[in-house]
Amino acid sequence: MQQIFLFLYRLRAILLFLALELLAGGIIFTHNSPQGAVFFNSSNKLVGNMLSVKNNFLSYFSLYSTNQALAEKNAYLLNRLDSLSPVLDSAVLSVDTVLSKNFEFWSARVVNNSIHLNQNYITLNKGAKDGIQEGMGVFNELGVVGRVKGTSNNFSTVISLLNTDLLISSKIKETEVFGSTKWDGLKSNEAKLLYVPRHVQIVPGQEIITSGYNAVFPEGISIGKIKAVNPGSETNYLDITISLSVDFSKLNFIYLVKNDSREELDSLEIEMETAGP
Amino acid sequence: MTSGKIIKYSLSFVLYFLIQVFILKDLVLFGYAFCFLYVFFLLNLPHELPTVPLMLIGFFMGILIDLFYDSLGLHAASAVLLGFLRNPWIQVNTPTGGYDDNVPPTLLNMGMGWYLFYSIPLILIHHLLFFYIDILGTELYLPLVIRVLSSMAFTFLLGIIVQAVFYKKERVI
Repeated sequence: MQQIFLFLYRLRAILLFLALELLAGGIIFTHNSPQGAVFFNSSNKLVGNMLSVKNNFLSYFSLYSTNQALAEKNAYLLNRLDSLSPVLDSAVLSVDTVLSKNFEFWSARVVNNSIHLNQNYITLNKGAKDGIQEGMGVFNELGVVGRVKGTSNNFSTVISLLNTDLLISSKIKETEVFGSTKWDGLKSNEAKLLYVPRHVQIVPGQEIITSGYNAVFPEGISIGKIKAVNPGSETNYLDITISLSVDFSKLNFIYLVKNDSREELDSLEIEMETAGP
Repeated sequence: MTSGKIIKYSLSFVLYFLIQVFILKDLVLFGYAFCFLYVFFLLNLPHELPTVPLMLIGFFMGILIDLFYDSLGLHAASAVLLGFLRNPWIQVNTPTGGYDDNVPPTLLNMGMGWYLFYSIPLILIHHLLFFYIDILGTELYLPLVIRVLSSMAFTFLLGIIVQAVFYKKERVI
C-alpha cells in the first residue's frame, strides 16, 4: 500500500498536470456553448467594474466619432418620425397597439471587446437588473453586432458577430434571397453569406439585411454589402463575401432589441415540428 | 525562499497581470501579432521552484487573464503546459558547471544565447496550444501559423526589452 502511495507521489507532477488540463478543457467546453452561465467571465461584478473604469478613460478618445454617428442616427430617426406622424386634416384610425408593439429597445455601452480571436465576445454595462435577457439582438447605428449570450446582475456577455459560432438569418435587400451570415475567422471587416443557391443572380454592392425570420432581430437591420461572389467549392451554394457595415474596432454605444412575440413563435415552431408534416 | 522574495514575486505577478489585461490586450499588431508578456513571469521564476507550484501559479495566472480576455480556459491550459515543461527544459539546458542557487533564469543572469534557446521553444509551445484551441472547429491553419510565429516574435521582443530595462543582474556569490 505504501508503495502505491509512493508511486503516486512520484507521479504527482504529471497527475496534477493532467488534472489542471482537464479542468481547463472542461471550462473551455462549457464556456463556448452558445448558452451558459456567465458568472465566471468578464460579466462578473469585479471584472466588469474594472473593465468599465478602463473604458471610462478610453471612451474619451472616440467621443467625436461616436457623437457624429449618434447625431446622424438622430437625424435619420427624426426624418422617419416626420413621415410617420399622422396628417391632422384627416380622420385617424388607431390600430390596436397590441398588434403593433412587437419589439422593445434598450441602449447600453460596450465595456470590453475583442476582435482578433476566433471566438470573440463583447461585454455590456447593463445586465439582468436593467431587463437584459439571454437571446436579445444587439446592433448599433451602423448594423448588427451580435446576440446576448448571458447576463449577470449588472453586466451581460454578447456573442460578437465576429465569432465563428454565430449564425444570423439574413437576406439580400433587393432580391429577397435568404441566407445565413457567418464569420469565417479571417478579417474583422468581412464575413460570409451561406446557403445561397447557385442559380441566384448576385451583383456585388447589393445590401444584406436581417431577415426577421429567427425572431432575434427585427427585419431590415443592415449587416453589410456584397463584396465578391465566387462559385465556391460546395456544389449547391455560392461562396459570397460581404463587407460588414459595423466597424468592430470602434464599438462604443449599442442598442439591444427584444422580440416580445419570440416565445410564441418558438413554441409554435416546436409544436409544428413535433406534430410532423 | 525568503519572505522578501515572496513579496517581490507577488508584486511582479500583479504587475505582469495588470499590464497584460489593461494594456497589452488591446495591442495586437496587424491583427495577427499578440503579446502575451505574462509568460516571462513564469519563465523567470526561480529554477529551484518545483513543477507542482509552478503549474498552480500558471493556472491561477491563466484563469485570471482569461476572465478579462473572455477566453475562459485558453490561457489557463497554455500556461499549465508551459509550467509542466519548464523545469525539464531547464534541466536539459544546464550550462557547464550547473546552475547557481538563488539566481533566477533571467536574460541578464544567463546571457542572450542561453535565454534565446531557453525561452523560444517554450513560448512557441504556449502560443501553439493557445491559438490551436482558439481555432478548433474551423480549418484556418495558415492564419494559425502566422499568428503563432508573429506573436512569438512580438512577445519575445517585448520580453527582452522589459528585462533589459527593468530587471537587474543578481549578484553571484
